[in-house]
Amino acid sequence: MINVIYYNNVNLDICNRYKGANMESKKCYHCGNEVTSFNRIQFDNKQFCCNGCKTVYEIFSENDLISYYDFETAPGATPNPVTRKYDFLEKEEIVDKLLDFKESEIAIATLYIPHIHCSSCIWILENLNKLSLGVYRSLVNFPEKKVSITFNPSQVNLKQLVELLDSIGYAPYISLKNYEEKPKNIDRSLIYKIGVAFFSFGNVMMLSFPEYFNIEDLWIIEYRDFFRWLILLMSLPVFFYSASPYHIAAWNGLKTGNYTIDIPMSLGIIVMFIRSVYDIVFSHGQGFFDSMCMLVFFMLLGKLFQQRTYNFLSFERDYKSYFPIAVTRIEADGGEKPVQVYDVVKGDRLLIRNEELIPVDSILISAKAFVDYSFVTGEAVPVEKKSGDKLFAGGKQVGEVIEIETVKTVSQSYLTQLWSNDVFQKKVDFKYKTITDSISHYFTPVLLIISVLALVYWMFIDYAVAFNVFTAILIVACPCALALSAPFTMGNVIRIMGRKKFYVKNTIVVEQMAKVDTLVFDKTGTITSSAAAGIYYEGADLNIEEKNAIKNIVRGSNHPLSRRLYEFLPVSKVEKPTLFEEIKGSGVTGIVNNQKYNLGSSQFLNVVNVNLVNETAVYVGIGDVLKGKFVFSNNYRNNLSKIFRNLDELGYGLIVLSGDNDGEEAVLRELLPESTTLVFNQKPDEKLRYIEKLQQQGKNVMMIGDGLNDAGALAQSNVGVSVSENINVFTPASDAILDAKKFSKIPAFLKYSKSAIGIIKRSYIMALTYNVVGISFAISNHLSPLVAAILMPISTVTIISFVTIMSNYYGRKNL
Amino acid sequence: MSIIYLLISISVFVAAVFLFLFIRSVKAGQFDDDYTPSVRILFDDELKVNGEEKGSVSEKKNKKENQI
Repeated sequence: MINVIYYNNVNLDICNRYKGANMESKKCYHCGNEVTSFNRIQFDNKQFCCNGCKTVYEIFSENDLISYYDFETAPGATPNPVTRKYDFLEKEEIVDKLLDFKESEIAIATLYIPHIHCSSCIWILENLNKLSLGVYRSLVNFPEKKVSITFNPSQVNLKQLVELLDSIGYAPYISLKNYEEKPKNIDRSLIYKIGVAFFSFGNVMMLSFPEYFNIEDLWIIEYRDFFRWLILLMSLPVFFYSASPYHIAAWNGLKTGNYTIDIPMSLGIIVMFIRSVYDIVFSHGQGFFDSMCMLVFFMLLGKLFQQRTYNFLSFERDYKSYFPIAVTRIEADGGEKPVQVYDVVKGDRLLIRNEELIPVDSILISAKAFVDYSFVTGEAVPVEKKSGDKLFAGGKQVGEVIEIETVKTVSQSYLTQLWSNDVFQKKVDFKYKTITDSISHYFTPVLLIISVLALVYWMFIDYAVAFNVFTAILIVACPCALALSAPFTMGNVIRIMGRKKFYVKNTIVVEQMAKVDTLVFDKTGTITSSAAAGIYYEGADLNIEEKNAIKNIVRGSNHPLSRRLYEFLPVSKVEKPTLFEEIKGSGVTGIVNNQKYNLGSSQFLNVVNVNLVNETAVYVGIGDVLKGKFVFSNNYRNNLSKIFRNLDELGYGLIVLSGDNDGEEAVLRELLPESTTLVFNQKPDEKLRYIEKLQQQGKNVMMIGDGLNDAGALAQSNVGVSVSENINVFTPASDAILDAKKFSKIPAFLKYSKSAIGIIKRSYIMALTYNVVGISFAISNHLSPLVAAILMPISTVTIISFVTIMSNYYGRKNL
Repeated sequence: MSIIYLLISISVFVAAVFLFLFIRSVKAGQFDDDYTPSVRILFDDELKVNGEEKGSVSEKKNKKENQI
């Protein structure tokens, strides 16, 4: 149920956004990207942003699958240009590891496809058999973003299937992790326990009913024993099976001296059980089995509610989720062959294509390479490497195909070594005491003292009553309302945060967030946006020839801005400039069709009035005339300054910890409040130590980062939040994942976590009041099974509704 | 023997059957994905007809948009 509501909201969201956008401006019919005069492609009365999108549309229309576009507006993704990146799927042993099941005529593969996001996606993927003959059936699991394809391996192989998916914009994400991971068994025992508890609860209630009214009727007297023994029988599975997690947790708590809430819970249940068995066996009364079953059922329900998992996210990623399964090795005879990364040995020659990851430390053989180390070091700009330079594993080649020679094996490489380093392995398992546990630390002793005092008091009056009172206190004081309020509040808070695209690993993280007093930000990718920021042109219009010429000139340049400009400009015919010159740090000059073009910085083109410090622009001069500029929109996130000032006002300590050099210091100083500490040139382990140092000063640190270079710091901090443009891929292990679009909401999320703690505290006051009422009944020996059966559900229901309403209210107010 | 013994045994037995069916379906993974089936049920089977009809409708829609 809960999932349904959540995902529906997401879908509506997407739906509305696209619909709204469609009215205002021109969007690609397939993927919804903006269609500009630079990239428009007309086809079949529709507009597309690129050839890729048009091709997918063509495939669908040829196969009568055009209703893909009816469920959702612009549901597609731009397919990647066909490369040979799936060549490794030709290898039998790799394919066998990826398949769930294989026989001669039938095979099943389950693939993770990050793009799955709407009903159109489900529809097209489940109609895959229309696109490939060998497919028998395909089933989508939407929450997990997975498709399981049953196909005939003699007609179509996995590689063809994957390439088909890629060609229609649904590229599966296959990493080393898929290769190693065994399909894990899902633990469904909690659901079974709830099922059993519900069964017993319902029947026991029904059978207890006649006795509630305490009529000394002949009918009741005749059947009473039958009812009671049946109740006893049906309560056994609840006590021994459904309630077992509480007994086990209590026992562990006692052993480790950790007095958690489970101890009074388990004690209450055990006393209830013993007293009820005693009552029934000696015909004293009907016992408290009805209350016991109900209590266990509600408690387990609370546990389920707290257990909010995001099936499509993973909080435990390590380098294996980033590494490819296989790479292309150049054989001695010059042939290319895919090889499993673990089989790569020292001295192998490997071929790395555009956007492919370098899996091992190696030496560059090709003349030149541009390596994007943003995941390792946080450096934003690709680094230029020359032949003979050393390349570290984890970098991504940007640009043309390169050849490298390995100097280590995968497990000995820098990044993998870093990962097996103890500090990075350090799990945050310091015993965190939840708010419930700290309350129960006082609750249990007080409860025991009260019950013993009552026992002693009644001993002087009546032995039989003394036993009744003693057990009644322990029964009624069983802190179910107390134990339920935190799971229900936190479960709801997590759900609300998830709806706002802030995905929290578990409820403890929310509690820790409320305690945070220092925020540490990574720079690259966190407070700057790593997604290819938009480019727009300002100035006098350029005609097609001029655009062509500019594209042909920037083709020769390897400067990152030139590369981005080249990607941005429309497809054109290749023409070699008659003159081409690159002036380092300034720009490029070229002559095409006897026309001279100058492209570069403001100084290079002698532009006088430059506004904004923060703007990156390439100016365009044709001949001697300044035509205009291509503006690369600001890399810092929107409202960054406002967010930081807001956090500063709220009293948080702010630190920016960057792996980059201090080139941006002046800009950051201007943007951020004065109290912000700026630290540059931090290596991954230095970041970790910095956080450690802060913690030794007694600070509660929340680290907000993005790359693998932050992984250590994220693990060390009290709350590690990884910010991601695409939450489905590329997030290091962390406690929470934040969608980059919601970066500006960080202060609101922090505030909300504080409100959540406030709600829990208020609900504790309510729960304790109920307990006092219950205990006063018990001390005066007035606790009949009927009173217990009324008091317990009332307290539980009122507290659950209170915390749910309050957390929804604060959610609406804060977020 | 009174009828009530029989009735209660039957009612408990029926409840137990449902419990068994519930556990069996959970075990089979029926409740693992509680979203996709709700969408799947709304898709039509007649692809071809559906495709042509809807295709022309959306084309019309598009034409209108272009005129504006």
